[in-house]
Amino acid sequence: MFRYIVRRLLQMVLTFFGATFLVYALMFANQDDPYQALVGERPLSEAQRAALDAKYHFDDPFLTQYWHYVKGLLTGDFGISLTNRSINDMLAEAWPVTIKLALLAVLISAAIAVSAGVFAGIRRGGIFDHATLAVALVMLALPLVALAPLAQVIFGVKLGWFPVTVTRDAGLYDLLLPALLLGTVVFATELRVTRSSVADNMRADYVRTAKAKGLATKRVIGVHVLRNSLIPVITLIGVDIGALMSGAIIVEGVFNIPGVGYQLFKGIRLEDGPLVVSFVSVLVIVFLVINLIVDLLYAALDPRIRYE
Amino acid sequence: MNFDPQAPLLQVNDMHVEFRTRDGVARAVNGVNLILRPGETLAVLGESGCGKSVTAQAIMGILDSPPAHVTKGEVLYRGVDLLRLPEDERRSIRANRIAMIFQDALSALNPVYSVGFQIGELFRTHRGASRQEAKRRAVELLDQVRIPAAKSRVDDYPHQFSGGMRQRVMIAMALALDPDVLIADEPTTALDVTVQAQIMGLLAELQRERTMGLMLITHDMGVVADVADTIAVMYAGRVVEYAPVYDIYARPAHPYTKALLESIPRLDFKGRGLNVIGGLPPALTDIPRGCPFHPRCAYARDVCRQDPPPPAYQIASQRIASCHFIREVLGV
Amino acid sequence: MSDLNAVTTAEAPGPAANRPRHGSSPAKPRSLAGDAWLDLRSSKIFWISAALVAVILLMAVWPSLFTSAGPRDCVLANKHAAATSGAPFGYDFQGCNVYAKTIYGARDSLIVGVFATLIAGVVGLLAGLAAGYYGGWLDAVLSRFVDVMLGVPFLLAAIVLAKRLSSDPQSNGIVAVTLTLGLLGWTTSARVMRSAVISAKGQDYVAAARMLGAGAARQMFRHILPNSAGPFLVVLTILLGVNIASEATLSFLGVGLKGDAISWGLAIAEAGPSVRTAAGPLVWPSVFLAVTVLAFIMLGDAVRDAFDPKLR
Repeated sequence: MFRYIVRRLLQMVLTFFGATFLVYALMFANQDDPYQALVGERPLSEAQRAALDAKYHFDDPFLTQYWHYVKGLLTGDFGISLTNRSINDMLAEAWPVTIKLALLAVLISAAIAVSAGVFAGIRRGGIFDHATLAVALVMLALPLVALAPLAQVIFGVKLGWFPVTVTRDAGLYDLLLPALLLGTVVFATELRVTRSSVADNMRADYVRTAKAKGLATKRVIGVHVLRNSLIPVITLIGVDIGALMSGAIIVEGVFNIPGVGYQLFKGIRLEDGPLVVSFVSVLVIVFLVINLIVDLLYAALDPRIRYE
Repeated sequence: MNFDPQAPLLQVNDMHVEFRTRDGVARAVNGVNLILRPGETLAVLGESGCGKSVTAQAIMGILDSPPAHVTKGEVLYRGVDLLRLPEDERRSIRANRIAMIFQDALSALNPVYSVGFQIGELFRTHRGASRQEAKRRAVELLDQVRIPAAKSRVDDYPHQFSGGMRQRVMIAMALALDPDVLIADEPTTALDVTVQAQIMGLLAELQRERTMGLMLITHDMGVVADVADTIAVMYAGRVVEYAPVYDIYARPAHPYTKALLESIPRLDFKGRGLNVIGGLPPALTDIPRGCPFHPRCAYARDVCRQDPPPPAYQIASQRIASCHFIREVLGV
Repeated sequence: MSDLNAVTTAEAPGPAANRPRHGSSPAKPRSLAGDAWLDLRSSKIFWISAALVAVILLMAVWPSLFTSAGPRDCVLANKHAAATSGAPFGYDFQGCNVYAKTIYGARDSLIVGVFATLIAGVVGLLAGLAAGYYGGWLDAVLSRFVDVMLGVPFLLAAIVLAKRLSSDPQSNGIVAVTLTLGLLGWTTSARVMRSAVISAKGQDYVAAARMLGAGAARQMFRHILPNSAGPFLVVLTILLGVNIASEATLSFLGVGLKGDAISWGLAIAEAGPSVRTAAGPLVWPSVFLAVTVLAFIMLGDAVRDAFDPKLR
């Protein structure tokens, strides 16, 4: 276990520098005009130019620029956006509603997907199995960019069941429709992984043993199959977070929810380079940390890793 | 349930099992008859795919249905037909009266629970024991199957044990509730030869202590000779020869048994070529008409190629073989 | 028998990416691919999805077969006008014929999807083959690099890269989006290829080829590749669907297609703001997009099931 944690932490450090370097290089490496990468076509005042220089050190060699950028990330100093606002403040304002939205989305979709996946896996090939797979496929195929505006019109405008836009201090109900929509981006994978994991474990030798021990079917499934099947589903949370971040950019954009995704959405539209780089970097860090936690959780739950 | 103490411990009559799959119906067991008495060791011998494991799992009632269906026959435990019992009564027979151990203990044990939990689970579900009580009994059992330092190993997980020790854990689990019948499905196949001998010795010893009936399923004629009292040789889902162990080794009555014995390497035959059985066992979806062994049989004549398969001839008391040419095979 | 199979597969309506399976393993009697094909032939899902893919391909290649109207015959007076016989889906906010625009949208959507998948496939193939075959430090470096790439959520990386590549305001963004999706999408296929190669490398027939003096390239392309191709092509088929959907997302965010490009994603992005007045311009391209993505995913699934006997 100790060796596993150390190895995983080292891997995390490597991935952190690799991923941030990747983002930074994609944005600025070999850029003829780095200012244009940051501000697009808009005219740049001398003061703004100086501020960008102070932040990004474009005169320095590329690796030194990257070093300044990482130092900024690690010390929590993200500079200011082109709209002259502190990016730190914007982040601090945006996080709470995004976390609320993402948690709601994950809880709802995981609860439905995992329980449906368990039932589908137990009766593999049955009607319920086929029906849930069909639903999952449709959700996988319907892009959020189409689904979100449609749902907003149908359930928000036409039927009036949900608010059409959501404010910063929205209640849980206000966030329900966006959360359901956001949940669709992880629903299909969660369902399918749970289902195949359960179906695989149903055929495992230890299930035969459990039956030979005279255990009731309820216990065979509830105690023996579920514990084994749900451990791999835990690792999905890590993957899910990436999908949720992508989804949040769209859903928050459509519903004007003033969260991290919405700020990023606006930043992209307005070509606010400093904002985009900082927000993307922070999301990458959050993604890496959550994946680290998930892997450690996985190790704690699986004795084969715990006692390595 | 009214068990008849006078009735045989376990008796299987004319059992048929088939697997209905997309690719057709596989007839895995086609009329098996077996009988097991207290303290007796019955070895069920045959190549893989002959239906020996399916027979065992059908007795336990743990075949997945679908695709498996027991289409005919009875499984009598002390005179009560288990196949006719409702599921909850059937379940109370498992582990309590008839227990089973499997070939590969690593996959047969649940990887995410400690062995103590998996053994103790039996006491907790069948006997309503408390957590502490269940754990105490688990330690006792691990001790009985000679696992060193049982007390400190009870919380270990299956992957932390060696192959032989894992099989001992399986045995401890099977014996937990003092069953009368133990079915061991290739219990030593996955183990080293030296460990095999230890495990067989342990099984024999525990059987003697408890006067259990032991049904030993194996393809290894060497294992059988040492421990079995009676042997049932299976081929294509049928018992083709049924006899006391001494008789079978001295004078096999079925060509298949004879061929099996001749395919064992023997020191006193050093230098001679080894006899192997030509051909393969039949596909269970397409069992040949007549005697299923005829395509591979040295004694086969026209009568063997026609249906029906040969009846089980009684040769002596407790000796049965189903072959049209028993006399020729026996050489009388 | 297997010769016949190879011929019928090549003629079967299927995506271009799905064909090399038989091209690269010509008529191997009773090969994995042959068995898989026998299984596929009886799969309803396979035929439905293959037929859908064929129709969509036809739409992309020959749109005038489906409509006589042009996608750019827009008259502002027709803004949000109702459906007519020539325009069964009505008109959008610029007075363009939604039906014609949707039919013509297949081409750019598929171009982006197919070429991005080809790029991802080639990069993934080479990286996975090299990492799996040579192992050692090359494998370590490539595997860590894939870890790093997967450390950045896909859409975030795509936004940054697409923005970088589409700095020319005159371009329609097709090249930029294709490159973006291709360069970011190869990781899964590389991983699948790598593990397929590692398991194939251990097989006796590869050892036999090595002992008979086959060089690295011959071993890889003649012996390992044909037998690792199945799962790899399945991943690519599904990736094709995902790429088509990703184009829509990038276009919606404003870093995708623009200008004179006509795609479902662009149409969805343009129709978004006025969806409250007219839903048709949003719904129809969405339906076409969803059906296309679904067809590719189902096709990949059907092929995967056929290749994976364990799941039967």
